[in-house]
Amino acid sequence: MPMKRSTRRRLSRAVLYAVLLGLLVLVVLAADWPTIRANFFAPAGFGNPLQGDWGTWPELITVGVKNTLIYTVIAFVAGLALAIVLALMKLSPVGPYRWLATGYIEFFRGLPALLVVLLMAFGIPIAFQWTPPGGAVGAGVIGLILVAGAYMAETIRAGIQAVPKGQSEAARSLGMSAGRTTVTVVLPQAFRIVIPPLTNEFVLLIKDTALLFVIGFAADQRELTTLARDFVASSPTAGTSTSYIQAAILYLLITLPLTRLVAWLERRQQRAR
Amino acid sequence: MSATDTAADKAAPAIQIRDLHKSFGSNEVLRGIDFHVDNGEVVCVIGPSGSGKSTLLRCVNRLEEPDSGQIVVEGVDIIDPETDLDAVRSRIGMVFQQFNLFPHMNVLRNLTVAQQKVKKRSKKEAVEIARANLEKVGLGGRENVYPAHLSGGQQQRVAIARALSMDPDMMLFDEPTSALDPELVGDVLEVMKTLAAEGMTMMVVTHEMGFAREVGDKLVFMDGGVIVEEGDPREVLANPQHERTQAFLSKVL
Repeated sequence: MPMKRSTRRRLSRAVLYAVLLGLLVLVVLAADWPTIRANFFAPAGFGNPLQGDWGTWPELITVGVKNTLIYTVIAFVAGLALAIVLALMKLSPVGPYRWLATGYIEFFRGLPALLVVLLMAFGIPIAFQWTPPGGAVGAGVIGLILVAGAYMAETIRAGIQAVPKGQSEAARSLGMSAGRTTVTVVLPQAFRIVIPPLTNEFVLLIKDTALLFVIGFAADQRELTTLARDFVASSPTAGTSTSYIQAAILYLLITLPLTRLVAWLERRQQRAR
Repeated sequence: MSATDTAADKAAPAIQIRDLHKSFGSNEVLRGIDFHVDNGEVVCVIGPSGSGKSTLLRCVNRLEEPDSGQIVVEGVDIIDPETDLDAVRSRIGMVFQQFNLFPHMNVLRNLTVAQQKVKKRSKKEAVEIARANLEKVGLGGRENVYPAHLSGGQQQRVAIARALSMDPDMMLFDEPTSALDPELVGDVLEVMKTLAAEGMTMMVVTHEMGFAREVGDKLVFMDGGVIVEEGDPREVLANPQHERTQAFLSKVL
């Protein structure tokens, strides 16, 4: 007797769950838990909060997370200012401005960010005997600014072009100059459109600050990845990857809420349309 | 400083257009338009879509760049590169089919922003003028609302009040009721009739033949980028002379 269609569907669903459960049991049984704990979750790093031992968390947060956020915010704010200028240049009626902006954007979007950071931190200061503000770290952050500006410029240009033409026509018909129209009518509306993609850029920048690792920091300048690496290389979690896991947890604590925020903003924007 | 830069020449026609040509690519939209609007006159422009009537209107404040011809507004040649176009535009109110209110500003700010930034009025004065004009279009008390929360008819009346707040010498209307639900058209037309009765110079691109008949001083029928026929609206509508006018009116009336 042939099986009913609904019975068959339920059976195949049950098989899928059974396979998953089997795999899970296999992993739990086969895994070497003491080794995993010793290498990735060492008490020297994670501490034992129940007994008031916070491990390396305090330093990871007060130095690593703090510096990561400082570098991110500086790179984001300066990158945004640069991006607005580039976007306006790209939309300029003056040809050479457009070509310049296009050239800049294509150049920096086509390079690995790490290469730009290296060039800024070592190449240019040595070649021109230039001491950048903030030393090598400052130069590295400038590298991030240059790259972030190129990416955000394209985002902002798209946002400006998404503002309906009738808006600037209405402003011009009231006698506003082109510049006044841009500042008062177009840019505020463009920003609303680009807040979700710009938040995404912010998340990307948080992760890109890890590239500053190549520069070599003074102790209190270290961002999260550098600090974790130093802990792994020496005390107190030497020889284990515990600090990397801790850094990963801290990164996720910052980035996950932000990506959720972007998703929420995008849903809200869609509804508003 | 010459007087024509700031104060307009009131004796000249409000709008004087001579041999105006305009193409979009290979498509010639205006093929030699001669046209004028006198002070205090209400001129309605009708015609099938693609006839160039909106383009003609948009040339008057140079939202469209004409290819050749002359446009003189209150005695000021607006094609002349030396003309302060922003100053001329601030004296020409414009109302769009799609309202084009600023969505990020509330109603009051929509009405005051250009007064303050262009006319350099104080905030207090700008607000007073804005409130008076909102009252005039029947929307007093809605000043803190954002445009998205208004109906199309209300948005269009705010747009008219926004243009009026600049104390314009004339008003251009680009199909002001075409984007509205039928039941909302009446309120907007009422406001426009009030303006006409007050003696405002108006150039109205419209499909509202009733409005043209009732308040128009002159009716202009355009087709294929030229003015086919013009005259007293009641006569043109009742007894069109040109066969293209007859064909068009038989379809819309």
